[in-house]
Amino acid sequence: MIDAKRRILLKGSLAAGTVGVAVGAGLLSPRMVLASWNEAAFHAKDLPAALSSLMGSDATETNDAIKIKAPDIAENGAVVPVTVETDMEGVKSIAIVADQNQTPLIASFDLGESALPFVSTRIKMAKTSNVVAVVQTADKLYSNAKEVKVTIGGCGG
Amino acid sequence: MSDIKIRAKLKDGETEVKCLMSHPMETGLRKDSKTGELVPAHFIQEVVCKSKDQVVMTANWSGGVSKNPYLAFKFSGGAAGDPIEITWTDNMGETQSATGEIS
Repeated sequence: MIDAKRRILLKGSLAAGTVGVAVGAGLLSPRMVLASWNEAAFHAKDLPAALSSLMGSDATETNDAIKIKAPDIAENGAVVPVTVETDMEGVKSIAIVADQNQTPLIASFDLGESALPFVSTRIKMAKTSNVVAVVQTADKLYSNAKEVKVTIGGCGG
Repeated sequence: MSDIKIRAKLKDGETEVKCLMSHPMETGLRKDSKTGELVPAHFIQEVVCKSKDQVVMTANWSGGVSKNPYLAFKFSGGAAGDPIEITWTDNMGETQSATGEIS
């Protein structure tokens, strides 16, 4: 009997912990070992906030030289293939953002010296929105967007 | 035994690396359909891609990347037979690494 109660108590406090601490941010922090992983940027709730913490600025210039390959209509929001490519010079990093997701910043890729400005991955999208690619060069941020219609959202809930 | 599949191809001086990782990629926002409780976040945070011990690219991810992530990137200066090493680390501190070869 006592044992059963203890189980319930444990379960309860665990659940409260998870919800209370901004979805695990506090809960997981002791295990966070990666210094380069930008927690503020990835937990940001909108695009400008995410960009400010990730790249130091949210001032982007639209540039059609950034090519985003993604489907016009994604039947399954859980798996949306996205390819970002550009022929710009001196690209330092590329970020992929789905602007209607709860945490819009999905991925950022830091390119080494030999890397070419090309990345391809598959992302989750909560609903129809723009996929935004942000390219960081030595002195500026450029972005481009492509709308993807999502018929079934991929973030569960 | 590794769950990372790597394929690297050299074409016109550019090496295209494609890889598939095996990971649940839980955002921490999804609810378990049976219990109604939130599934704890469990996703890859960092992927480091190296060729001949040189870091070619580092990817930082959130839970917004799809389950069993696919990643492709290109770099110049590779040669057939060069090793490609991919290492991921997730938010639980787990890590996995695999090596492929440019063909």
